[in-house]
Amino acid sequence: MENKKVILELKDVKTYFRVPRGVLKAVNGVNLTMYEGETIGLVGESGCGKSTLGKTIMRLYRPDSGEVLYNGQDIWKYNKREKKEYSKNVQMIFQDPYACLDPLCVVSDIVAEGMKIHKMYKGEELEKRVLELLAMVGLNKTHASRFPHEFSGGQRQRIGIARALSLEPKLIVCDEPISALDVSIQAQVVNLLKNLQKEMGLSYLFITHDLSMVRQISDRIAVMYLGSLVEIADSEDIYVKNYHPYTKALLSAIPIADPAVERERQRILLQGDVPSPVNLPAGCNFCNRCPYATEQCRSVKPELREIEPGHMVACHRAEEMKGK
Amino acid sequence: MENNRLLEVKNLVVSFDTFQGVVQAVRGVTWHLNKKETIAIVGESGCGKTVSIQTVIGLNSKANGSVRNGEILLEGKNLLDLSVSEMRKLQGNQLSIIFQDPFTFLNPTMTVGEQIMEPFIQHYHVSKSEAREKAIEILKLISLPQPEENMKRYPHQLSGGMRQRIMVAMALICNPKVLFADEPTTALDVTIQAQIIELMNSLKEKVDTSIVLITHDMGVVANMADRIYVMYAGQIVEHGDSDTVFHNPKHPYTWGLLNSVPRLDKKVADDLYSIPGTPPDLIAPPKGCAFAARCKYAMNICKDCQPPQIHFDENDEVCLSLSGQAAENSHYASCWLNHPECIRRNGPVKREGNADGK
Amino acid sequence: MNESEKMIFDANAFDPLPEGSLEQDQIVRKKTSYWGDVWRTFKKNKPAVISLWVMGLMVFFVVFGPMMNEFNYYSNDYSCTNQTPNMVHWFGTDNLGRDLWTRVWEGGRISLLIAIFATLIPEAIGMTIGGISGYIGGKLDMFIMRVIDVLMGIPSLIYMILLMIVLGKGNAMTLVIAISITGWMGSARSTRGLVLQLKTREFVVASETLGASPAWIIAKRLIPNTLGIRVVGITMSMPGVIFYEAFLSYIGLGVTPPSPSWGQLIKSAGEVFRYYPYQFIIPCVCVSITMLCLNLIGDGLRDALDPKLRS
Repeated sequence: MENKKVILELKDVKTYFRVPRGVLKAVNGVNLTMYEGETIGLVGESGCGKSTLGKTIMRLYRPDSGEVLYNGQDIWKYNKREKKEYSKNVQMIFQDPYACLDPLCVVSDIVAEGMKIHKMYKGEELEKRVLELLAMVGLNKTHASRFPHEFSGGQRQRIGIARALSLEPKLIVCDEPISALDVSIQAQVVNLLKNLQKEMGLSYLFITHDLSMVRQISDRIAVMYLGSLVEIADSEDIYVKNYHPYTKALLSAIPIADPAVERERQRILLQGDVPSPVNLPAGCNFCNRCPYATEQCRSVKPELREIEPGHMVACHRAEEMKGK
Repeated sequence: MENNRLLEVKNLVVSFDTFQGVVQAVRGVTWHLNKKETIAIVGESGCGKTVSIQTVIGLNSKANGSVRNGEILLEGKNLLDLSVSEMRKLQGNQLSIIFQDPFTFLNPTMTVGEQIMEPFIQHYHVSKSEAREKAIEILKLISLPQPEENMKRYPHQLSGGMRQRIMVAMALICNPKVLFADEPTTALDVTIQAQIIELMNSLKEKVDTSIVLITHDMGVVANMADRIYVMYAGQIVEHGDSDTVFHNPKHPYTWGLLNSVPRLDKKVADDLYSIPGTPPDLIAPPKGCAFAARCKYAMNICKDCQPPQIHFDENDEVCLSLSGQAAENSHYASCWLNHPECIRRNGPVKREGNADGK
Repeated sequence: MNESEKMIFDANAFDPLPEGSLEQDQIVRKKTSYWGDVWRTFKKNKPAVISLWVMGLMVFFVVFGPMMNEFNYYSNDYSCTNQTPNMVHWFGTDNLGRDLWTRVWEGGRISLLIAIFATLIPEAIGMTIGGISGYIGGKLDMFIMRVIDVLMGIPSLIYMILLMIVLGKGNAMTLVIAISITGWMGSARSTRGLVLQLKTREFVVASETLGASPAWIIAKRLIPNTLGIRVVGITMSMPGVIFYEAFLSYIGLGVTPPSPSWGQLIKSAGEVFRYYPYQFIIPCVCVSITMLCLNLIGDGLRDALDPKLRS
């Protein structure tokens, strides 16, 4: 990894929202380095701040403190031209395939929008380019003049991908691109993204709550809980050796499509729900639901530390968790 | 055996008229549910699984023209012949349903306690205090923490997992004979999904209710179902008990469904197997096999002729009786690949990308 | 054995199908657009469709009616004053002997033109201001909303009268300007509300991430998507404007003679209503029919555009 070029770096990013009951700490001090051509799977339950982090990277939310560096430059210190350049380089794929396409536009207009904004192509060339992009996601000329509501969820998501690709980006933030789709279609979209990555050398930040599908596409996986990262490791590593009790619980919660295996399986059931990110506990964010929590966990916040080369975890008792 | 049948759907055909034409949502579906059994109907969105369940609980009827053919027998009584008011007596009482999204189903202006008690009061004409006792009993059964406290809350004050539990409580309070669960965990996080699955499994032992589970996720099914019906484009393409369908599926669509779920207990494959394309639009279903366009094994015959139901015996050999009366609960699949003539000419086709093989 | 076993299969029946012989992502339904759907729902509403036809007829007469006979709207003819409707003067004549058929349709021209422009111009102003206010938000939004609150607090008739005095009373143009200046606030408020709902939708956010400027987003994403609901507002406010014009002309602030407008005609006929009721009734019927039709069309559009009723 050392010789690889860093494309995106997050330095202690904090994004807060002011709500009537106090301050909602959606992203609470995240450090993350992304290399070129890499896919990071950002995994967590709803409300953990993973989407907010994605939108912070997209310049849709301004962080309250910390820096987001793209190619070494702070994206919040850009001038107007650099901002435009950034929107070409960093694109987003959205969660809801039903809401992410303008209902009044036909598919070709949706895909062409970005290229019109940046005045990249004109006239016939633009049309040709739109068909090229549609072909990349497995759609053809007959689909170009249709309206979004005439497509199924998976097809719409593919249109969204074509739109994101239209600006030839380097990095794509995928905000739960598969969670609204049927499982069989999820695999289709993940394979498509993987193939596009091979062809175009893209980097992905793949945000999801599903630890099983993200394994197929990620090089590294970062697990997020209540605004902070609790474990970062190589994708193959984390499924075999994981240290944080939350990661263990997440993995254990995923059903395995085999009744014989399921009957034998003991799963860790987490009690209760994710607490509100408005009033965070003093110590470890996870201590209320953690079966192994001690007094130390309740009072001292664990920092992210390297427990093995390339494997970071934020847990006081990580060493003891090895075998569990 | 016959008296063990709780619910039986025979050759159900449901179509809807739209300005574009007739959408054939369910095209001749037959299934049954035995007492104290959990079955799963698995398929992609738009395959007709939800429509067939809605028809059973009386949302589509012969009266509004959408049910074109078929019988729905609840303990031998045809539900399609019942009047609206007779049907209403069954709804929520003998037939209950849990929806995918609890938030849109719960009334935001009533406390959840009142909402749980409501069906019980309606169907059993009991006093409020009796209903409250029963509600607390049910909430304890589904292990909701602090039932008395939580009953006084409004839906928006509860988390997604709690709301889904409330839905389960509402569905169970009248001791229904059949509980339909329409994608009960799709809207939930994985850890909450695990809680709800565990809850539903524990219910099987605690109450006498049979469960019909509808989902697109083979992972959820593996956990809960005794038997599985795989549905595609308004038809059932494969049926068998849970172990058979998971370990010895015979339809390429089932293979696709199983293989597109990544297995955490297996090493990661280079490329995930996926089913290409999109299910056909049921406004103009294909003449032959509906899956042919997405099937890599498609043959000439698939394009023009609908495949027959081919039954298998215990050793998974093709049964001689291709369309005749097969044994109860037998494994069958509707695919030409399993036809004796095809096997004679091409040899048996092995399931590809078999997770067990890697 | 049984039937299917006995079936005879073609020699190549079980040969693999050549790749690509079946379309995987085929769309078999006819193409439908948003506005196409709206039109289809609208057509189911019988009163609205009939109203649309009646309005079409009305527009036809307003455009071609004055050319159908040899009279014009301003020439006096003292030889035939106050005639009841007859074969020469189809709607009769007024106290100066002017042909009422010509005057009614000529007046309709002015009334309808005022109605169209005095609804579209304030709507355009309101949409732009509301769109900007809602999308940009923050202090600008606050400022614009307070200004609207203040302007809406003053009865519109007061500045209408002031404006008519300043602009000099008398023609359709001044009426349009006056109504536009006083009428954009409602539309601005409603557009802002709709924009606030829309701007967090993913397709708007998608435009932002593509690098679109606020002007692009407001013009290409927000306004077109609010238009559907605003069209109902536009149709519903048109009868109000027609009535308003009639009312202003009636109290002497509107169009001045000899130019007729429906309000003007009603005003002058009102003075002789007891003796020549037809002079009064005909323009009244025209105004009423137009207002009724526009209201029914608005109803139909609302049913067709309401997202809750659409499936």
